[in-house]
Amino acid sequence: MSETITIKRGLDINLQGEAQQAVNQVESSLYAIKPGDFFGVFPKVLVQEGDKVKAGSLLFFDKYRDYIKLASPVSGTIKEIRRGAKRVLLEIIIEPDANQEYVDFGKEDFRGMSRDAIVLKMLESGVWPMIRQRPYNVIANPADKPKAIFISTFDTSPLAPDFNFITQNQGVVFQTGVDILSRLTSGKIHLNMKRGIATSAIFTKMSGVQFNYFDGPHPAGNVGVQINKIDPINKGEVVWHLRPQEVLTIGRLFTEGRFNAERLIAVTGSEVFKPAYVKTRIGANIREILKDNLKEGKLRFISGNPLTGAKIDRSGFIGFYDSQITVLPEGDYFEMFGWALPGLDKFSYSKTFFSWLHSKKRKYRLDTNMHGGHRALVMTGEMEKVFPFDIYPMQLLKAIMVEDIEAMENLGIYEVDEEDFALVEYIDTSKTEIQTLVRKGLDLMRKEMS
Amino acid sequence: MNAIRKFVDKIKPDFQKGGRFQYLHSTFDAFETFLFVPDKTTTNGSHIRDYMDMKRTMSMVVLALVPTLLFGIWNVGYQHYLSHGVESTLWQNVIFGAWKVLPILVVSYAVGLGIEFAFAQMRGHEVNEGFLVSGFLIPLIVPPDTPLWMVALATAFAVVIGKEVFGGTGMNIVNPALTARAFLFFAYPQDLSGDKVWIAEKADAYSGATPLGQLLTNEPITSLPSASDMFFGFIPGSIGETSTFLILLGGLFLILTGIGSWRIMLSVFAGGFGLALLFNVLGPLVAPENSYMAIPAYYHLIMGGFAFGAVYMATDPVSAAQTNTGKWIYGLLIGVMAVLIRVLNPAYPEGMMLAILLMNVFAPLIDHYVVEANIKKRLKRFQKAQIATT
Repeated sequence: MSETITIKRGLDINLQGEAQQAVNQVESSLYAIKPGDFFGVFPKVLVQEGDKVKAGSLLFFDKYRDYIKLASPVSGTIKEIRRGAKRVLLEIIIEPDANQEYVDFGKEDFRGMSRDAIVLKMLESGVWPMIRQRPYNVIANPADKPKAIFISTFDTSPLAPDFNFITQNQGVVFQTGVDILSRLTSGKIHLNMKRGIATSAIFTKMSGVQFNYFDGPHPAGNVGVQINKIDPINKGEVVWHLRPQEVLTIGRLFTEGRFNAERLIAVTGSEVFKPAYVKTRIGANIREILKDNLKEGKLRFISGNPLTGAKIDRSGFIGFYDSQITVLPEGDYFEMFGWALPGLDKFSYSKTFFSWLHSKKRKYRLDTNMHGGHRALVMTGEMEKVFPFDIYPMQLLKAIMVEDIEAMENLGIYEVDEEDFALVEYIDTSKTEIQTLVRKGLDLMRKEMS
Repeated sequence: MNAIRKFVDKIKPDFQKGGRFQYLHSTFDAFETFLFVPDKTTTNGSHIRDYMDMKRTMSMVVLALVPTLLFGIWNVGYQHYLSHGVESTLWQNVIFGAWKVLPILVVSYAVGLGIEFAFAQMRGHEVNEGFLVSGFLIPLIVPPDTPLWMVALATAFAVVIGKEVFGGTGMNIVNPALTARAFLFFAYPQDLSGDKVWIAEKADAYSGATPLGQLLTNEPITSLPSASDMFFGFIPGSIGETSTFLILLGGLFLILTGIGSWRIMLSVFAGGFGLALLFNVLGPLVAPENSYMAIPAYYHLIMGGFAFGAVYMATDPVSAAQTNTGKWIYGLLIGVMAVLIRVLNPAYPEGMMLAILLMNVFAPLIDHYVVEANIKKRLKRFQKAQIATT
């Protein structure tokens, strides 16, 4: 067992509404695949409204990178191809059949298959996009030889799902997924665990992987932090990463011979009566999932966690990579002299609010208010306190602001992703939209390098 | 509360685009956000945000400064009556002090905020809260007898030349409050130095020299006030700089709330103390006649503006070094420079202001080398990986 890597600079945000370990089965009446979940994808649609599809039938591919193909998570009828401003494809919505039918990709033993055959099977079934790469956090290119593949088996973000619970009893499928991945790289498969992980967890029983142990506050569970500590990305290098549910989907393609998009989703947040897990599929509509389980008031629906998730509406769809829905109260209210009040209920990283008197375990109900107006970047040394990379965050952000490609590269942009800056954005006193800025920098860099 | 909100909502359209008072938009925004934290919600990125904002940050610094101001007011009165040899009560001291100090505070805020609002308006920006602190600092670092017109001129100079010409809050090179002080120091040397300005309306026969002034003229150490008087601040000097005790208390508050940089504070003290110790050792060998070299090293930390500079001036996040390593270097050099100027420069009794301004200018350079080291490290890792693959 290797030694533990302890993350010191970070922050755990304890919110109300953590999911109980119970599973409800919900069949949504609509599912959707959203091209917006994948960075830099230019979709070319393969279906029309009214078409019949099976689970695993292709819906669209990328105009410029034709290896990127997305498949339907359910069998049913294409109900709507929804476009937004400038005809940007927003959602391909599918109405599911009562009896699910799957495209058969065959159950041939992968041990006898070549790397090319394995890749082809994953591409054609729409499972390939489960693998993402760093830098840029885009869908992996099968032609690349990644120097390693990283799987973070725990999530430290607020209200995060428990992957031990999600993967329980699925050891065989998970091992198959891991074995497939090990055929795709000559490097190591890193399975990153939380220190003190229960021995009942299936992760501890995996073979063919390197175990790495982490401890400390969020963002210890972020794969970006883990890569940085274990095997940092240099210019020109590529690593791939996946989350546990994605490994399961890949495993099932080979054990079941079909694109089985089943997923456990943690329904969380202070505005949910009974936070728990639901068993559904990728891209499920949240309306049925949250039915009769919501509190009154104006609500924010998030696919993902409160720090990095996407804002969706009350009848929106869960994102392709997300294992979590969060419902928070909206913060569109004025608060008189709010900046001057003692703030016993105001969770803050700084100790200027008296909430620091409470126990660290106290759970807060936080809303979506900005808690202040946008100002110039004045404070220094603040970002570093929650940014556990050997990178100067403020200097990197300023390089992005002025679009200085060379400085961005020198300052380490290949090693970071938006989510790594989520806490920086959370505590930022100037209320700058930092994750958006990081994405802009990554997109610029990617354009420059291609 | 509801009534106020309704009123604000009612007049708001007049100040927005196309409204009657559109040109006063920034001013309206400043007052509205003072009354109410805005209803603006997050759109993308992090959906939840820390309750900490710029207003809270800046008002915490002002809060930390309040004891220093109150003591300063009292001390102005105390020193005045002392010089006249008159017994005075606490209230007499406070009333006289307030009579002297509050006008300076009002002028500093009125002039500074006036210019800030005008520039924000011109640029169509929000009004930044930074001046709430600068405007509070300026009265604390000037002698109590400074004429108000000088305060006004210095404040205007500091805001326009020290800050706005560089692009406003967050862009300035040197500390605005210190810019105001430096302006006074160099523009009116006859009026604002020597022994007569440190006690308000001093009696002519009374000396009124600050400890630093005494040392500059090579008075013996025994003539200095006691260390405890200097630590607690019962000495003449600029309004807010005398009580090292209250300054440290404020500094502790800023460190605990996470607003002030403990790295800078600690390293300034360490730098100053270290060099003073060195002078103690070298003094008898190289310049036995220089009594300044022989004073106990910790005297430097409790005399003059050293503590105030270390806690409130050097730590200004905009003009200080921005990297953590850089902050150590920056702070140490400020401490060293301040003592160096005090002891070895025959012209100026105090070196803190010049030391901080000098290091403000060098802070970007320090940061540059710190960041450069990080870049080199990354480059080395890259080259090593290249060699490994080939």
